[in-house]
Amino acid sequence: MSGTEHLLYYLSDYFPILVFIAVAFAFGAGTLILSHFVQPKLPDAEKLSVYECGSEPFSDARMPFPVRYYIIAMLFVIFDIEILFLYPWAVAFDKIGMIGMAEMVIFIALFVVGYIYAWKKGALEWD
Amino acid sequence: METVAFFYFAAVIVLTAVLVVAFRNPIYSVIALLVMFFHVAGLFVTLHAEFLAAVQIVVYAGAILVLYLFVVMLLNLKQDDSYQRQVGWGIGLGIVGLAEMIYLVLSAQVGNSPAIGTAALQASASPKVAAIVTRGNTEAIGYMLYTKYLFPFEVASLILLVAMIGAILLAKKGVLGMKEP
Repeated sequence: MSGTEHLLYYLSDYFPILVFIAVAFAFGAGTLILSHFVQPKLPDAEKLSVYECGSEPFSDARMPFPVRYYIIAMLFVIFDIEILFLYPWAVAFDKIGMIGMAEMVIFIALFVVGYIYAWKKGALEWD
Repeated sequence: METVAFFYFAAVIVLTAVLVVAFRNPIYSVIALLVMFFHVAGLFVTLHAEFLAAVQIVVYAGAILVLYLFVVMLLNLKQDDSYQRQVGWGIGLGIVGLAEMIYLVLSAQVGNSPAIGTAALQASASPKVAAIVTRGNTEAIGYMLYTKYLFPFEVASLILLVAMIGAILLAKKGVLGMKEP
């Protein structure tokens, strides 16, 4: 097989993903376009005002967020990377045997230490 | 086909990378960065690095982007163009970087090998690995990571632990402006 043919064959595995992306975009854009043409447009002053049960906006929406969110986000990133190491481990599990199992136990044990630390320090609490 | 895919991904990457710094609204910059991350993942797929592509989406598009978004929100940036001013030495550095890149591109050997990573892995590794490689990049990475490179892998876990403790300690100490409870 030549390089290009090989790549074509290989990329055909990703065709379902392409279909997924296309359908997602088509659904999003299609819904907006369709509703734009189908909807009746009868605006009046009452309709365009803030909904009667809603509250008037009292400040800028771009207010600084509490730094707490950032700790949660950072912990999420770190655990996300940990999970990532599990994918190749799981796929190659039958090749690496007990040594691989022991490695992963050590790896996760280190993370449990971090998790306990985060818990004890109250980083997961919202006080 | 291969060239078309490369130029599509490369063009979108360059365009969105420029947009990241060109947008006045930082949220738009983050969205442009998201599009860029996805196209970098696509580029990895054309290079037969499926695992790296998945990492690109899960870590960069998923997690790193959340961090950027939070930084933007924490810093309370308005549509502020005080960061957009051009600095003289900034332009100078940009020209140096561009010259370096042009030099690298011109001096690089232009080869036609779509599966360079896989081929290198096949050449360097044992027949067992070579047999795995033909089935999948992720499995080959798993095999190599948990046999030959097991020590770096455990070190990575220690580094992540240090990062976690550091993040909690910094935020808890009130360095980021938080009050001690």
